[in-house]
Formats: sequence, structure tokens, C-alpha cells
Amino acid sequence: MNMYQAINDGLRITLDKDPDAVIFGEDVGFGGVFRCTVDLQKKFGKDRVFNTPLCEQGIAGFGIGLATAGVTAIAEIQFADYIFPAFDQLVNEAAKMRYRSGGEFECGKLTVRAPCGAVGHGGLYHSQSPEAYFAHTPGLKIVMPRGAKQAKGLLLGCIEEPDPCIMFEPKILYRTAIDEVPTAHYTIEIGKAEVVREGDAVTLVGWGTQVHVLMEAADLVQEKLGVSCEVIDLVSILPWDAELVCKSAKKTGRVVIAHEAPLTNGFGAEIASTVQEECFLHLEAPVQRVTGWDSPFPHVFEPFYLPDKWRCFAAVRNILNY
Amino acid sequence: MMINKALFGGVVKHINFKNILQQTKRQCNNTNTEIGIDTVTNVKESGYLGIQVSFTDKLLFFNKESYDALPIFRILHSPEQTEFPKEYKINEQTMTRMYYKMLTLNIMDKVLYESQRQGRISFYMTNTGEEGLQIGSAAALTLNDVIYAQYREAGVLLWRGYSITDFMNQCYGNYKDTSKGRQMPVHYGSRKLNFVTISSPLTTQLPQAVGTAYALKQSKKKACVVCYFGEGAASEGDAHAAFNFAATLECPILFVCRNNGYAISTSSLEQFKGDGIAARGPAYGIRTIRVDGNDVLAVYNATKAAREFCIETGKPVLIEAMTYRIGHHSTSDDSSAYRSVNEISHWNHNSPIIRFRNYLESINLWCKQQEQQSNESIKESVLRAFKDAEKELKPCWKELFTDVYRTMPKHIRRQLHSMENHVTEFHEHYPLHSFKST
Repeated sequence: MNMYQAINDGLRITLDKDPDAVIFGEDVGFGGVFRCTVDLQKKFGKDRVFNTPLCEQGIAGFGIGLATAGVTAIAEIQFADYIFPAFDQLVNEAAKMRYRSGGEFECGKLTVRAPCGAVGHGGLYHSQSPEAYFAHTPGLKIVMPRGAKQAKGLLLGCIEEPDPCIMFEPKILYRTAIDEVPTAHYTIEIGKAEVVREGDAVTLVGWGTQVHVLMEAADLVQEKLGVSCEVIDLVSILPWDAELVCKSAKKTGRVVIAHEAPLTNGFGAEIASTVQEECFLHLEAPVQRVTGWDSPFPHVFEPFYLPDKWRCFAAVRNILNY
Repeated sequence: MMINKALFGGVVKHINFKNILQQTKRQCNNTNTEIGIDTVTNVKESGYLGIQVSFTDKLLFFNKESYDALPIFRILHSPEQTEFPKEYKINEQTMTRMYYKMLTLNIMDKVLYESQRQGRISFYMTNTGEEGLQIGSAAALTLNDVIYAQYREAGVLLWRGYSITDFMNQCYGNYKDTSKGRQMPVHYGSRKLNFVTISSPLTTQLPQAVGTAYALKQSKKKACVVCYFGEGAASEGDAHAAFNFAATLECPILFVCRNNGYAISTSSLEQFKGDGIAARGPAYGIRTIRVDGNDVLAVYNATKAAREFCIETGKPVLIEAMTYRIGHHSTSDDSSAYRSVNEISHWNHNSPIIRFRNYLESINLWCKQQEQQSNESIKESVLRAFKDAEKELKPCWKELFTDVYRTMPKHIRRQLHSMENHVTEFHEHYPLHSFKST
């Protein structure tokens, strides 16, 4: 299965299992612009899989209302770039509902899915990775899968999690990431990172598409410098697995964090600061961040914007020579 | 006049409120068959998706002057009036209870407003002038109906059974407050009373209410959602989202707009240029009525009819209740900075409480003596509840860290422990004596 098929499978399992669950958003009825909801309306009916008017704040608010009533609500924002009109609903409302009502009301059954990240030619508004904006919001949970198997497990995890969750889905992986995906129901725990390659010289931390870039960079490092990198897929942005990252940092003494989003206040800053605080005596070099530049995401300059394997490789080389 | 007919099929001038829902239904069934514009070509020719329309060779632009403003539904016209159409009668016991609750709300407002002035609570917002629309609409609902409110709807909660003590506990943020002292005063909520906890960001509750209404419809419960908001809040994008979602997704929701003339200092003249909020309803395909918000009987009857329609058809209704915000916007506002004393006193003399009392007196359901006794006994119970709430401890400070998530994640637990150690070391610098210890 590729990633969109894995997501489709997860959604189908949910609708099958939970007769109240609904899926809604812009153009999800005919299968979605990335095919993630294909055939679901046909199978489960228009009451459960339906198009909404074109209005992101409405989609988020509507989803919160459904979840407040106890319904499993799976909302789709067509591109993560267009989630900002829903920022108020997600940050001020969804995230704070349980807290502000003393637990009397909550919208934990809300899951928001949004395609994110670079796609080769997406320009300013079909490429963004807005996870850091949301990571500053207590009350939300945020995840990003690196492939088909993780996407299904994380999606089902988000749907069953008793807190509002946002899953950012790297859109470039929808058709390119192909895994053996179990057809049965399974979940991946939110808040847990994963070591995808063991190593001892440098810890590389990334999420989503960037994990694949880091794997390639690790190959390059092995080939050209003859040392091994430990690659960690952070998986969950909020809450994030500081324990696993710090454990690896203490082992290797060197950490490179890479993400597509811009550098300043990107989530890498949070990781770097925590690693510095927790692993100060183990660090052999300053923590490095390889990220998108502090510019909007450009169209024709995309190859120069992204933290590609060569920039990651250079960072690893520099940190080894420190 | 022709245009007038084109838009409203000529019904607007002769609205019979008794049958308003049925009438509009009939009108919908034969759209466009009796359009008054003289040069009309074949309707079926157009074929534009979602628009059923005819062509005209007249170059016409439409504005609110093109047709009459939506009228205001009123039952209690003047103080002398003792009789009104039978179908709007409410049983006597309910009417006196409604009046008593309006009075209670008014007195509680006075006490809490004063207490804020004395610095005993941090903030307050009164409901003065809007008691009629709150109690009138609340009385037409059942406890199964879910309420989403803005912040000036304490009367709705009061009607549903929230006690004076509950109000006081929330305003003080003491340990008996169900929301654990986390929100500012007047941000009430009650799971038991189906009243979703209020939040400060304006209008966010509207699309949420629509979502809940969709859930109610799917569950086939015989109930609707009632969502309150002010005319200022109606300018937010979320209002547009909600109206459109409610109509297209066919949700049983009753939007109740409190048009009280002001959003803090901004008068309605700076808030919109159309025919108020009501005129927007039909534009979204929402059945709409404008009522006199200071006429509790009109609000009651309109809400009751709207509720029945919502539940029967699974579709939304918009009520614009015309009223006036007699009090300041909040305790942080001095409204004399932007409006005249004359304007306020005009509405003070036409308040919903006075109008309803005059009516009840005229039919011998209320008298001066009852008024005086009620005033005294309400005031006494408010003051008692107030003093009790003031004496209670605040919740344990550790509640600062709970309920962010269902279960506390490790990083928050670590922050809790860090604060615990800090408070132990520097305890004399924190107001621990007014907080519970666990």
C-alpha cells in the first residue's frame, strides 16, 4: 500500500468500527484531491462522508462541535498551508476546551488531517510545514508520519486519542512511500519517537519526509566519512519524545536536527534547547540545525531552499570536525 | 414595488406571524412562478447550479432600499395592553416564574457589579436590558436542547437551574467552581444543564454549535442546539461559516442574535450597513425572524415556533432579537464615553422587566407588594450566596496543570514537580493560605 491507500484504509476501519464517526472537508466526497477518502462516501453514505462549504474556520469549528457532542470527527484541511484560517478554532478552542471547562466539556474525538511539506513545485502555499505554530499550543497533539505504515497507525492513534490531534501528512509521500501495511487495525503511540537506524557518531533527528533525507545523508556519511549516524524519526511533535532523543544524544555526543520549516522558532529550536539542557556534559559539539531558510517557501528555488541530503551531510561533517 | 415582490413574493407587507413558518414553506414550493418583474423569460433556460432565477432586460442593482426592512414581531405593544391573541398565551405559573427569574438576574447583576467596583471580584458583565430575550427564549426550550452562548446569557442558565451559588462560585473561582477557577468571571458552563462552557473569543461557538447540531440530528434526538451571539460577533468570519454550514449541511440549530445596538463602543451604525443581522438569514437560505427582544412573550413564542421547526425539519432558524444594552459593556468599560445619558434612560423606561411587570399587573398576576417582597428576598439570597462564595478557598494550585490533556504528559508532570519544589522553598511568597492544599 502507498500512503494515501494506508490512510484510506485507516479511515475505512474507523467508519466500520464506529457507527457515529464522520469525515468531512473540502472535496472529500468524491475521494479527495489526494484520493485519501476515495470510495468512502459510496460505502458509508453522504451523512458520514461529506463535503463542507469552502471555509477552514468552519471546518475546524464544526469538527469541534461534533467532538464536543461525543462524535468521532475527522476533518480534512486540503493543504496545511490553508490551516491558518482555522488557527483560532484549533488554538483557542479545541486545545483549551477541556482545561477551561474543568473537564466538563472536551473535544478529544477531533482529528484534523492536513497534507503538508514540499512537493517539488508547490510554491508558497502548497509546501508549508506549520507544525511549530501548533507545537506552541498546550492541549493539542501533533504527529507527522514518514510512510504508509506509520500513517495508518498514527491516524488510528489520533482518532482514538482522547485529545484533539492534528496529523500533518507529507504530501510527497502519498504515492511514493510504499510499505507493507497490515490490513488489520493497529495504532502507533503518540509521543514516542523511533530509532530508524542505529549509529554511534552523530544523532540525526527529523520527521516526515526529512527522515528519508537523513537516511540518505547517513549513507553518504558512512560512505564518505566512514562513521555511523543514529537516525531518529521524532514522529510526534507534541508531546515529543525528549527521553529517546536525549538518550541518543548522550550516546553519540553530537546532534543534528533537520526540518523543512524555517529555522527561526522552528521545532528544531525546542529540541536543541532541551538537548543542551539535559545532555550538556555529554555534548562534544554545539547542536546543529539544518532547516528551510527564513524565507517564504519559493517556487523555482525549491532545490536551494530545502535541507537536502548535501546540506545535512555538510552539517554532519562540520559537527564531526568541531 | 415590483422589486419588492420579486424578492419576497409580496408577502412581506402582510406577514401573519401565526403562520409564518407554514407561509414561507408554501412560498418555497412555488418559487419564481409569480415573480412580479414584468419582462421575464423562461425560468428553465438559466441552468445555473443552485440558482433558480429568471432573466430580466432591466438593468437593476439591489440594495436594502430595494425592499422593506424585516418587521419586528411584537406582542406586548403598550403598557395599557391587557389582551393579545390567544394563541400566544402562556400559562400563568410560567409567566410569573419568567418574571421572577428576570428580576433575579437583574438583582444578581447589581450585586456582582457593585462587588467588582469594590474589588472583590476581578471582572463582571451585566445583562441589564436583555433579561427578556434571555428568559423568554430559555423558557421555550427543554433541557435536552444544547446551549452555546457568548457571555451575556446568564439568564438562560438561571432559567435552566444554575443556582445563584453556582454563579458566585464561578465568579470567585473558588474550589466549588466546576471550571476550577481557570477562566475569568461570567465564563459559565454546565454539563448537567447542557450549557457548553463560555469562552472569550467571539463567535467561535457558532460553527461549533452547528457541529453539535449535526451530531444531534444524526443521533435522531428530538432536540436542537441554540446558539446565542451579539450583533458585533456576527461580523466575525465564524458567523459566516456557521450560517453557511448550518444551511448546506441542514442542521437543527437556532441562532439567536442579541442585537443590542453596541459592540463595546462600536454602534451598529459602524458594524453593518444592511438590514441588521436578520436580513442575512434568507441570503444563506435560513428561515429568519426579527423579534422585539424587550417583549418576553414575543421572544418566547418566536423561539418556541422556531424550535419546533428546527426539530421537525432538521434545518436552521435565525432569530434577531432587537434590544438595547442598558449597562456598560463590562466592568472595564464606561459607556458614557460614547453614548448619551438620554439614550440610556429612554431604554431604561422601556426595559423588558417594566413592560412585563405592567402586563402581569394588568391581569392581576403581580402586584406592588409582591414586587417589594421578591426584591427583598432575592437580594437577601444573592448576598448570602455571595458571602459564602467569598469565604471558600480557591482550588489547589496544582490544578493549574491538570485537564490540559486527558492524562498529564511527562513534560507537564515535570513542570508540576518543578513548581512544587519551588513553592515549597519560597512558600511565604505565594498566597497558599487562600488555596486548598490538595
